[in-house]
Amino acid sequence: MDSTILAFLIQDGVTSGAIYALLGLSLVLVFAVTRVIFIPQGEFVAYGALTLAVLDVGRIPGTLPLLMGLGIAAFVFDLASFRQSFRPQHLITSALVNLVLPAIVYGLVVTVLPMQPGPIVRALLAILIIAPMGLYIYRVAFRPLANASVLVLLITSVGVHLAMMGLGLFAFGAEGLRAQPLMRGSFSLGFLPIPAQSLWIYGATIAAMVGLYIFFERTILGKALRATAVNRLGARLVGVRTNLTGGTAFVLASTIGAISGVLIAPITTIYYDTGFLIGLKGFVAAIIGGLSSFPVTAVAAIGVGLVEAFASFFASNFKEIIVFSLLIPVLIWRSLTTDPHEDE
Amino acid sequence: MKGLNITLPGLVAIVLLAVIPLLPVPPFIITLMDNVGLASLVAIGLVLLTGVGGLTSFGQAAFCGFGAYTTALLTTSYGLSPWLTLPVSLAVGALIALPLGLITMRLSGHYLPLGTIAWGIAIYYLFGQLDFLGRYDGITGIPPLQIAGYRFLDTTSMYYVIWAFVLIFAFGARNLLDSRVGRGIRALRGGSAAAEAFGVNTARAKLTVFIFAAIAASLSGWLYAHLQRTVNPTPFGLNMGIEYLLMAVLGGAGHIWGAIFGAGIVLALKELLQRYLPWLVGHSGNFEAVFFGILLVMMLQFARDGLWSFVLRLLPASAPKPKAQPGTESLPKRDMPAPGTPLVTLEKARKQFGGLVAVNDVSFEIGAGEIIGLIGPNGAGKSTTFDLITGVTSLSTGQIRISGRPAGVHRPGDVARQGIARTFQHAKIFPDMTALENAALGAHLRGSAGVLRSFLHLERGEEAKLLAEADRQLERVGLSEVRDRPAGDLPLGQLRILEIARALALDPNLVLLDEPAAGLRHGEKQQLAELLRKLRSEGVAILLVEHDMSFVMELVDRLVVLDFGTVIARGDPHQVRNDPAVIAAYLGGVA
Repeated sequence: MDSTILAFLIQDGVTSGAIYALLGLSLVLVFAVTRVIFIPQGEFVAYGALTLAVLDVGRIPGTLPLLMGLGIAAFVFDLASFRQSFRPQHLITSALVNLVLPAIVYGLVVTVLPMQPGPIVRALLAILIIAPMGLYIYRVAFRPLANASVLVLLITSVGVHLAMMGLGLFAFGAEGLRAQPLMRGSFSLGFLPIPAQSLWIYGATIAAMVGLYIFFERTILGKALRATAVNRLGARLVGVRTNLTGGTAFVLASTIGAISGVLIAPITTIYYDTGFLIGLKGFVAAIIGGLSSFPVTAVAAIGVGLVEAFASFFASNFKEIIVFSLLIPVLIWRSLTTDPHEDE
Repeated sequence: MKGLNITLPGLVAIVLLAVIPLLPVPPFIITLMDNVGLASLVAIGLVLLTGVGGLTSFGQAAFCGFGAYTTALLTTSYGLSPWLTLPVSLAVGALIALPLGLITMRLSGHYLPLGTIAWGIAIYYLFGQLDFLGRYDGITGIPPLQIAGYRFLDTTSMYYVIWAFVLIFAFGARNLLDSRVGRGIRALRGGSAAAEAFGVNTARAKLTVFIFAAIAASLSGWLYAHLQRTVNPTPFGLNMGIEYLLMAVLGGAGHIWGAIFGAGIVLALKELLQRYLPWLVGHSGNFEAVFFGILLVMMLQFARDGLWSFVLRLLPASAPKPKAQPGTESLPKRDMPAPGTPLVTLEKARKQFGGLVAVNDVSFEIGAGEIIGLIGPNGAGKSTTFDLITGVTSLSTGQIRISGRPAGVHRPGDVARQGIARTFQHAKIFPDMTALENAALGAHLRGSAGVLRSFLHLERGEEAKLLAEADRQLERVGLSEVRDRPAGDLPLGQLRILEIARALALDPNLVLLDEPAAGLRHGEKQQLAELLRKLRSEGVAILLVEHDMSFVMELVDRLVVLDFGTVIARGDPHQVRNDPAVIAAYLGGVA
């Protein structure tokens, strides 16, 4: 192996690592705020990527009717909950969020798409279609179980993953798709060429980290999310609406998922079930971070990306086996350093 | 086989199972039933793991794979008889489960399922990459099962083999749950503190169910290999693992028969959906996943106990456990130490949490046959002292001697073995178990039956003694009337009394009671005081933390008063009542 291959592998590993970092961060975020171990995170990646690929060829993606359907489902769940307490403004809010918002997105897409917009506008449209799904999925699947155990929430999460993956197949078919890059060409760093698309990925990852930092440190909603993460009941007692913080965490997760999808769609072929594996690699990083530390998760994600890049060079058949086996030493280490009496 | 204890509906179901292949049913029904049987084995393991033990695995399909590949390899490449590979297959499953279990069992609940997702994927790829396992093509030409020259070649003959194993496993699993080991497993869901306090090794109980579930899955895989006579990685991937969990949740995590029920429903639905969905949707694909995913979420939202609990309402209630035969031997009793012998001695015991000294060089002694009250205002360090004695938290400095020997770093189970039983400030009773079973958990250390004897119900003699002891203690505290009720139905006052019965079932020489009178009515307090006096007269020492002063004062021999972690007074009730420091601590001193 010469230095060119080494440099290439490092560049490749850091690029995938940056994506895993984005996913790992949103997994930690969702777990901290809602205690949901969000297995379907990867589905948002596949949805985002495939949506962009379909928009590229000027067609309406199947995720758009899916968004409307999810909104209607969330509205129905809201209606059912109004049996307990009804206030007219709640009905109006619910209709706006669950019915009008998807309708606006739909209108926007069918209006803008025939004008043959540029790649960045298409990417924004794809993100816009996927981002609200987080809210509806939280409303339909997880909010009714807000007080259930982590285990029940995890099983729910796997159920949502199954459903979303099947719906992905329904919306996009079994064929793999690839999107056009946001920007063509490449830059060179010394002897190493770096594709422009990778720069977008690094930029987005750094922007997401800075954005999350500012959100948590400087905004009242961010602080409410942190409060919910520390103590759900305590947060409610001081007036934090935990349904709102839960919904926010899920929207952040779906947005970050969609952004990741849009970013990788041009560099790899995505199938309806590819997202799951990508999401799980984010998980490996999040677990290394103990499902609690953002910085450790980010660093671990880069590590996962590098291991994967080198594994695919030296033992490509065993790539997935090696990446997922990374968890074993991590779990051993956590097991030896955790006091079993802490967690009940 | 004794202890099978089959009800009428159960008998009908078994007869029905036996005659189905003789009826004129289409062959695909028999194939479906074979698959239901195979899945049931896995689901039974998951019911024990998830519904009873409070753990989950998405990776059970991987264990099926180990069972299937083990026999496939040994029978084709080495020509071993399938019956010889059966124990090997099961052992491979257990041996793979052991390290995985050891790694994750000490971690909080969600690391095991996450680990199982990762290994479910990794092992699927591994099966597909290894040359000696035939890569993605798998292994073909596996010989059929054979008994005395008869070859189990078709689906109907395998039907009987599969369902015979399912029934053996289902009855065994039921036996296991209804045993000493089983109570330890069922206690896992209620938090480990109470079970540990009576000597249940919760880490080991978790490992036991995990390995049990792995063996069940390996057995399913072994049968699968000899039914299909070919194996490849596809049925051992993560998706099947998730489907098995769906079966357990749908049937009713917690019910053995629910596992079979759930497996039947899921596979029948899958058959229907795969037949009609593509026709509805217009093109083919794995669309039943959408349906199953939504079904799983709906079950958890609306019927978390599963569908079997609805079936159970239609069936006659199972008979309560029979009372002990008059001739039942009682368990051997501990030799009570002579009155006054020091049982527990605290020597400058100190516990610091960061800068806070919760217990500040506290020294006192508990002698056999005396009642000592440990009192003090809120936050005085009473509960921490309790935790120090019972080994829940460790000392910062100082020493605790139990029966004269330094306790060192002791665990709650060690304390229980020394004859020290406790109750909890917030009653920690297992709501799904009956009052009798809760009390019997207290006698856990007085039995010794292990998993295999329990599975086969060969420990009925010992079990009868344990239950007789539990009955005796319930009667002693006046709870005989509610013995067969789930403890979750009992009011708080009775739960506290039940905790005392559980403590007494340990045959203790010292009982630590944490606010036993809280929530009791006046009459109940009188009865409790009466019981405690009687225990003292039998030589049992009692350490009592209690806020009801009149209850404490008329009962105890000596008092130790704590304030801010420090002993501020000690002596008989009369002395303490007139101690100026105590009055100041309780009523506020002169500034």
